[in-house]
Amino acid sequence: MKAAPFAYAKPGSLREAFALLERHGDRAKLLAGGQSLIAALNMRLATPSILVDLTAIPGIDGIQLRGDHLAIGALVRHREIERSELVAKHAPLLSQAAPHIAHVAIRNAGTIGGSLAMADPAAEWPACCVALEAHIVAASPKGERRIPATKFFKSLFTTALAPREIITAVEVPVAGANTRSAFLELVRRRGDYAIVGLAAHTQLERGALTRLRLVYLGVGDAPVSAAGAMEKLEGKRATPEAIAAAQAALEQDLSPAADLTHSAATKLHLARVLLGRALAALVT
Amino acid sequence: MDEFFEATITVNGKAVTRRVQPRQHLIDFLRDELGLTGSHTACEHGVCGACTVRIDGQIRRGCLMLAVQAHGCSVDTVEGLTDSGELGALQQEFHERNALQCGFCTPGMLLTAQELVATQPDATREEIRDFMSGNLCRCTGYQSIIDAIEEVIVTRRKGAQP
Ligand SMILES: Cc1cc2nc3c(=O)[nH]c(=O)nc-3n(C[C@H](O)[C@H](O)[C@H](O)COP(=O)(O)OP(=O)(O)OC[C@H]3O[C@@H](n4cnc5c(N)ncnc54)[C@H](O)[C@@H]3O)c2cc1C
Ligand code: FES
Ligand code: FES
Repeated sequence: MKAAPFAYAKPGSLREAFALLERHGDRAKLLAGGQSLIAALNMRLATPSILVDLTAIPGIDGIQLRGDHLAIGALVRHREIERSELVAKHAPLLSQAAPHIAHVAIRNAGTIGGSLAMADPAAEWPACCVALEAHIVAASPKGERRIPATKFFKSLFTTALAPREIITAVEVPVAGANTRSAFLELVRRRGDYAIVGLAAHTQLERGALTRLRLVYLGVGDAPVSAAGAMEKLEGKRATPEAIAAAQAALEQDLSPAADLTHSAATKLHLARVLLGRALAALVT
Repeated sequence: MDEFFEATITVNGKAVTRRVQPRQHLIDFLRDELGLTGSHTACEHGVCGACTVRIDGQIRRGCLMLAVQAHGCSVDTVEGLTDSGELGALQQEFHERNALQCGFCTPGMLLTAQELVATQPDATREEIRDFMSGNLCRCTGYQSIIDAIEEVIVTRRKGAQP
């Protein structure tokens, strides 16, 4: 299908973008990589009257190491993250997750800011950002605020962003010598949205899992932290008993809804399988 | 809202300037305005890969990009990359192995495969499958396509050895 008509503007600064949002209100839509928005326009799921293309705004792209965190600009493409040596070194969870996002032609265009704003519960970046305890930087005419990723994803396609806020960057704490991470997901075909996925992150202290974060995608309205499983494993070694206890705890942690091809019970089973594999990966 | 924008796009090495409506997709611009019908459209929401074109050296979905977004960009299509000979080895191998039947998916397959050959010259069969996952074919069953790409990669690797 073809998109309904709309106007188009390409502001050269955040200030110009805010002015456009002010003028057009809810009828304006921000455009980044377009890999979700243009598909929605084509299917006429969205019919904005104007698109505000963010890609000419300076200062909201690029990947930089800034002290204890990595700052990734909102316009950074999935593929750039996948191939970045800085990311591989300082935020390996993101390098592990990137190849699971869609297909190369889409990763060449889609941006991390767009993915976070979209907040698809089966998307990779939201779960990774929660697991890494990243901060999402959002700008508005009033200034800038840093929103913890753990508080950013509210529900299906819904975030803590105020109506006219623009994501400018995401700040990811840099990995230390003991940081271990694993990203796993199950799909029918490479690049599809996850049936179930898991972003796992820990500090390995003499073989024990500490500050463990287990965040699932594809099992709820937003990324889901498996609080019970994390508690069972915190400070412990990944022994068969500890793993089994954590897998059992997932029953309380997750209440996945069935999708077209997988029952809720199947999804829960797959979540347990992924937990076993992720723990094995974290400690080896 | 019949606003038009003037877009200058370098298509297969030649700059063209046209007035475009914001809602016009790049793929429709190439096909309908420039008569470059080698790139196809099918799903029009990013799933099939038939519309794959190259923007500033990287493959993209032509149906998920507006013509206005391509202003100032360099766009290559299967026509241009055939004329330049860049796709020659892949085309030869697709032909040898019957890696196409109706041919609808082929331009997208070739552009995607060419990016793989260029960026991952050591790709394994499994990596070829992953890389090609975004291109659907309703005819061949994929084996011959993967075989053809693998052959090109293996041949290049042999050629590169001293
Ligand atoms: C076939 C297909 C398969 C896909 N598979 C996956 C997958 O497996 N996993 C996955 O994670 N994604 C997948 N995607 C989506 C893809 O990753 C998108 O790139 C991403 O969801 C949106 O990023 P974008 O830059 O393309 O944003 P756009 O499409 O341009 O925008 C998306 C939304 O975010 C808003 N927005 C964009 N940038 C900002 C900003 N800086 N501040 C505030 N709001 C903003 C827009 O207004 C819009 O509402 C798939 C897409 C397709 C077409
Ligand atoms: S027509 Fe563009 S991906 Fe199918
Ligand atoms: S050859 Fe017919 S779709 Fe691939």
